[in-house]
Order: sequence, then C-alpha cells, then structure tokens
Amino acid sequence: MGESAVLASDTAPAPSAPVVVEARGLGVAFEADGQRVSALTSVDLAIRRGDFVSLIGPSGCGKTTLLRAIADLQAPSGGTLTVNGMTPAEARGARAYGYVFQAPALYPWRSVARNVMLPLEIMGMGRSERARRAEHYLRLVGLGDFARKFPWQLSGGMQQRVSIARALCFEPTLLLMDEPFGALDEITRDGLNLHLHELWRRTGMTVVFVTHSIPEAVFLSTRIVVMSARPGRIIDVIESPLGAVRDLGIRESGEFLAVAHRVRAGLRAGHSYD
Amino acid sequence: MRQVFASPVFVAVLALAAGGIARASLRAVPALALLAALVTLPLLVLALARLARRDTLAARLASPALFGALLLWLWEMLVLGLHIPFVLLPPPSAIAAAFATHLGTLATDFRQTYLHAVIAGYALGCGAGFAVALAVDRSPFLRRGLLPLGNLASVMPIVGVAPIMVMWFGFDWPSKAAVVVVMTFFPMLVNTTAGLAAAGVMERDLMHCYAAGYWPTLFKLRLPASMPFVFTALKLNSTLALIGAVVAEFFGTPILGMGFRISTEAARMNMDIVWATITVAALAGSLSFGAIALIERAATFWHPAFRR
Amino acid sequence: MIDAAWRCAARILPVVTVLGILTALWYALAIPLNAPRLDLDEAAGFSTLASAAWSMDRPVLPAPHQVVAELWTSVLFHPLTSPRNLLYHAWVTLSAALAGLGIALVLGIALAVGIVYVRTLDRSLMPWVIASQTVPVLAIAPMVVVVLGNLGITGLLPKAAIAGYLAFFPITVGMVTGLRAADPLQLDLMRTYSASPGTVFTKLRWPMSVAFLFPGLRVAVALSLVGAIVAELPTGAQAGLGARLLTGSYYGQTIQLWATLVMAALLSIAALLGVGMAERAVLHARGGRL
Repeated sequence: MGESAVLASDTAPAPSAPVVVEARGLGVAFEADGQRVSALTSVDLAIRRGDFVSLIGPSGCGKTTLLRAIADLQAPSGGTLTVNGMTPAEARGARAYGYVFQAPALYPWRSVARNVMLPLEIMGMGRSERARRAEHYLRLVGLGDFARKFPWQLSGGMQQRVSIARALCFEPTLLLMDEPFGALDEITRDGLNLHLHELWRRTGMTVVFVTHSIPEAVFLSTRIVVMSARPGRIIDVIESPLGAVRDLGIRESGEFLAVAHRVRAGLRAGHSYD
Repeated sequence: MRQVFASPVFVAVLALAAGGIARASLRAVPALALLAALVTLPLLVLALARLARRDTLAARLASPALFGALLLWLWEMLVLGLHIPFVLLPPPSAIAAAFATHLGTLATDFRQTYLHAVIAGYALGCGAGFAVALAVDRSPFLRRGLLPLGNLASVMPIVGVAPIMVMWFGFDWPSKAAVVVVMTFFPMLVNTTAGLAAAGVMERDLMHCYAAGYWPTLFKLRLPASMPFVFTALKLNSTLALIGAVVAEFFGTPILGMGFRISTEAARMNMDIVWATITVAALAGSLSFGAIALIERAATFWHPAFRR
Repeated sequence: MIDAAWRCAARILPVVTVLGILTALWYALAIPLNAPRLDLDEAAGFSTLASAAWSMDRPVLPAPHQVVAELWTSVLFHPLTSPRNLLYHAWVTLSAALAGLGIALVLGIALAVGIVYVRTLDRSLMPWVIASQTVPVLAIAPMVVVVLGNLGITGLLPKAAIAGYLAFFPITVGMVTGLRAADPLQLDLMRTYSASPGTVFTKLRWPMSVAFLFPGLRVAVALSLVGAIVAELPTGAQAGLGARLLTGSYYGQTIQLWATLVMAALLSIAALLGVGMAERAVLHARGGRL
C-alpha cells in the first residue's frame, strides 16, 4: 500500500523505480508449414515497477506473442528478455506473475472460490490461508457473495472478474493481461475498466495489458506501446499525461483525445489501416 | 368437467381400462375384445399426444412408460388374437408366468453370469484400460502408436476371442470374465486417452504459468476434464460386458449361466424361459446403465449436458 | 514433398513400433503357454524349446507366422467357392452384414425423421431407442436364428435382421442430432422464404445431417459385422466366419481359429475403409466440408 501513496501524486512511476521486465533486441519466430515466420523483431522495452503498460496494434503485430514470451509460454528466438532480473522460465518458477487470458479459463468443476484457490493449492499453501485469500480477493473484485457459485452460473463479465481474482490471489508483483475484456460488450467493459484502474491504483502493481481498443488503452495506461504487423515491431511508446485518478468522464477531455490521436497516428504510420 | 377430460391422466386410465377389458374378453367374447381394442388405441395415442405437450418431469417419465405399456399390450393382443405360434413369440403374460415359476434358476444364472463374470471382467477391463491410458500418456510416441490401434480394436468383432478364452481359462466364469476384460479394455483406453487430451489450451497454459508439474496438472486439470469421456466408456462397456459374458457362454460353460440357458432352452423350444432370461438380461443391462448414468450426473454435474 | 513424406513417417513409425512390440510379446508369450504341451528333455536348450513352441500343430497360442501361413494357404491355395477358403466364409458374413446395414439405414433414418418431426414420438419412443441398446441384443441372436429357422426362414435373412437391429441405433442417434443441427438463423431464413416443411427438409435439414451420418455409420458397420458373426454361432451353419470360429473351437484347431479372427479383423478394416471412401466422395462433392 505504501507504493500507492507514492504514486498518488503522479501516474508515471519515478524514473528510478526498478525495472521489472526488460527486452533487448527480442525476436520470436514460428515454424508454420515448414516456413519460418517472424512474429516479433528487435523489440526493446523496459517496464518499471508500478507501470501500467498497454500493448496495442492490429492482429498479427505480435502483442500477444510479446506477452506470452514474458510469461514463458513462448520461447524467444533471439535477443534477451528478463523478468525481475531472471529469465522468464525462472520467473515463472518463482511465480512472479499472474496471467489473465482472453477467456476466463475457469475450471467448471470447481466453485468460484475453489477456482481462485487453485494456484494457492498448487503452491502448497495451507487451507485456512487459502480460504482467507480467496475471500479477500473475491471481495476485491466485487464478487464476495458468489464464492459458492459455479463459473457457468455467472455472466461473462463476472467470470472474467473471477479470473482476475485468481491471478491476484498469490500476490504477484506483475500482472499480465491478454485482451481480458475483448469478448465482452462495451458497457460491461467500461465497468471492468474502471474497476481494474481502481485495483491497479490501490495495489500499485505492474500491469502489462494487451488490447485492440484505443480508448481502453488510453484510459488505463501510464504508457502505451503502439505496435505494427509484418514483421511485428514497436512503432511508438507514448507516456500518458493523464493523472492517477481517472473516471470514465475523462474520455471526453482534450488530453485524452490527444493521446488517442497520437495512438491512431502511430497505427497509421505502421500501415495498420491498409 | 371438461378439464378432467382434457387431462392426459384421465385419458390414459380410460385407455388402460379399455385395454384391460379387451385382454380379458379376448378368448370369451372376441367381438367385445375387438370393440374395446378399437377404443383403446386412439385413447392411448391421444394420451401420449397430450403428455408430449407437457414439460413436467412426471410427463417426461409417463410418456415412455405409457408407450412401453402400449407395446406390451399390442404384443399380447396380436400374439393371442392372431394365434401366433408360441414357439415364434410367446405373449408377455406367458413370459411373466415363466419368470415367476423359474425364479430360482434365473437367479442362479444371474449370479453365474452377472455377479461373477460381468462384474469381475468389467472392473478389470475398465481398470486396465484406464491404467494403460495413464501410463502411455507420458510418452507421446507410445500414445501416437497405441491410439490408432486402440481405435481400430474398439470397432473390431472382439467377441470372436471368446472360444480362445474358453480354451485358455476353462469352462467356468473366469473365461467369460476374460472375454469381458478384452472387450471393455479398448473402449476405455481410447476414451481415457482422448479425455486426457481434452483439456483446453488456455487451461493448460494456466497450469504452465503456475509452474505446476506433471502430477498437479494431471490431478487438478486433466483427470477432471477427462471424466465425461471416461463415463462414456463406462456406459458403453456396461452393455458390452453383458454381451461378452453371454456370448462367451455359447462356446462352452458348466450347466448354468444366462447364455447357456438361452441356447439350450431355445434348442428345446422352451421359449418362455428364453424370454424370461432375456428379460433378466435386459433389466440388468438397463439398470447398470442407469446406475452409471446417475453417478455420471453427480460426478460431472459441471458438464454442459447436465447444467441447470 | 519431402516434408509430406516426413510427416507421414512420423505418423506411421509409432504405430509400427507398437505393432513390433506386440508381436515380440506374442512370440515370447507363446513359449510359456505352449511349453507344458511339449515333450522335451529337461536339458533341451532355449532355442529347441522356442522353435518347438512356435511350430506346434495345435498350440495353445499359435505363433504369428503360423497364423499368417494358415491365412495365406487358405486364401491362395483353395478355390473361392471352397469352404476351406476363408474368403468364402468372409463373403458369407459380409453379405449378411451388408444386408443388415441396409435394413439399419432404412430403419434408422425413418425413426430419426419420425422422432424429429413428431413430438409424441420424441417423448415416448426415444427413451426406448436408448433402452434398446442397454439390452444385450446379441444374447437374443441365436434364439432369433433358431426360431426363424423353425419357420423355414434360413440363410441370409435372420442374420441380416440381427445385424440390422444392432446397427440401427448409432444411425438413429446420429441422424436425430444431425436433423436438429440446423441453426435457428438458417431455419428463420427458410421461414422468410415461407418454405414448406418438405423444402426445409430437403434443402436444409437433410444436407445438414450428412455430417452426422458418417460417424454413426462407422460404428454401425462394425456392429453389423459383429451381429452377423454372432448370428452364425448357434445355427450349425456350415458357412460364415462365426461358424468357422465355432468349428475351430470344437476341434481345437487353434491356428484356424486365429486365422478366422484375423480375417474378421481384416473384414472390419475393409468395411471401415469403404465407409471412409464414401465419406471422402461426399466430402469432395461438397468442396471439402461436410
């Protein structure tokens, strides 16, 4: 909580804040039909503690690939990548990050509370502590009353909130989110964006957030990384001038529109609209 | 009053009563029987149609029950009315009578075939199929080799091994259990292997993120996700097991067992006993299937097919 | 090109390896199983024991090469019409199975159409269709054959009836699912054209259901073969793979028994390949998708 007090004055973390994720000349290539397809080339990026970084770009720009490389779900083919100063594999072993997928990926045979406890069970945490944490984080995402329900009895937005609670419950310092609200309708999405913003401000954790949506990226981020396709690369990194405390009304402000405009310009420069 | 007439229960009771009159007067007053039968049929069809429009649980159960009653009644009336030879098809009443008279024999046969051969063979065959699927799971190479063969074997006429098993394990129930083992093994192997591969990519990635090893992934994700597949095999095998045990008895058995009873009494033209034995087999088959289906409902309550 | 060959090899190699392991196990198992029936010196070496165990006349477990040799001589050195030729028996069984499959197709599809279009049948008949499969139908097979034989009905028909009874179920279940697979939007589209029920059936439901017919058909083919073989067991029938199994077991002709089993297996593979080819033909006519 001390972290958030520091952050309250200004959204951008102090330049002295330690680097959490660092990529240098990072490249990822796939084998498809016997051909080598480059998904990501020479990515240089440093994400500092307390950052909320959005990766935005057209399909095929490698934003999800970059996130998966950080999570050690995808092996890089060149360059270096460190997470908390370790290799991604070591960081995964140390349970350094929580991951939220495009879909909730909840296990239907487990109740909501037991879904949240799943990572804790795997990490060998005691029963009472598991229960305490599940209750705490479910309340944090506003689902305290749904602990005994099963995932399929909840709406899509609620399911995605459960999956966020699951990613938070072992208290990682880094949260990786891969288009978590992409499948939801816009009204639900606005609500969850606001909620996520509050959560980030209160916990002061580092978030890497992949999205398709320009307003979503601008609303949530302290920094926006604009990417382009063929080959996947970074076009622009935008520091957000918006303050730490934001509400949905901010989206009509001139500052907001200026940032959105710059993101759109970056996408155009990367031929995203061709 | 109109409401009473519209009720399917009332129509069904009326139909059953008319059907009863038809059956009772069949021998004595054939003309009355024909008249009553002509009343029964449209009434039963009407009752079925009315039931089909309701969505309560009672209506859903009553529909097939009434339809079954209709079939039995038609069978009884046609066999007796058209004087169909007893040997060709005995009427249900004769089968019920045989069931009551030969209860002791039927029970002994049931014990020999079902309680010994079927249950032992089913447990061993399903258990072995599951265990081998788990063992092979760790080696993708072996899995890729075994799966096509298992798939092939589960559509083969495996009952054919019955004579070999009888030669190897003798006439008594162990040879029948061995046939059941071979028959139930492959469906379980194939289904469990498919089930272990059923967990979604995202769910697996999640386990990877938690740096969960093989065993936690198996117990917390892949085994629960495979359960619908395992139950498919368990249900299929419950029927296969009974078939295997009965057919194996055609190749030699001590003088008891359901397959033995069917083949010898059929040769002696005692069709009522044959049909009584078939009734036992049908009941055993349906009840074991139903029991497994109930367990499945409880164990995989989360599956889309069972969600409420 | 080389890539395709490599991928093909990667698929076949594991299967070949597992088959090799199974064959080796078979040979190994033949030695202890057959040894008690051999009159050999205590001092006899392993190679003597093995070669004797793998070349017995009536072994408990014949060695694979003995089975292959039996199959080979039976198929190649006897005329096709001779009862000593396994292909002759295979044909007898196959014709009954195919006739049964025909019955099953007609019955199965008719039932499915009835169940989908008549609500009363859906509610009252469908549970019985499912229940009919929990009854060990094969147990009735010999009886049906005996009874029909008494009425003077022998030969193909009783066997086909049993094969058909076994095989109709997967077809019915597949077709019921298939006929109901049409999307509500597609049905609404038909409504906007004010299409008659017959048109909806021929233009939408039927083409939609074909994709669901083939998986059911694969199971049905296998079941109809099982039905035909079992129906040949009790009749004292002279021909057919089932009759061949029975005589083999009566006279302890284990090599003949195994050869018959292998022939039955080959027959099901051939039948499955036939369904596969039909499926591919339909697939091709529809531009690669069912």
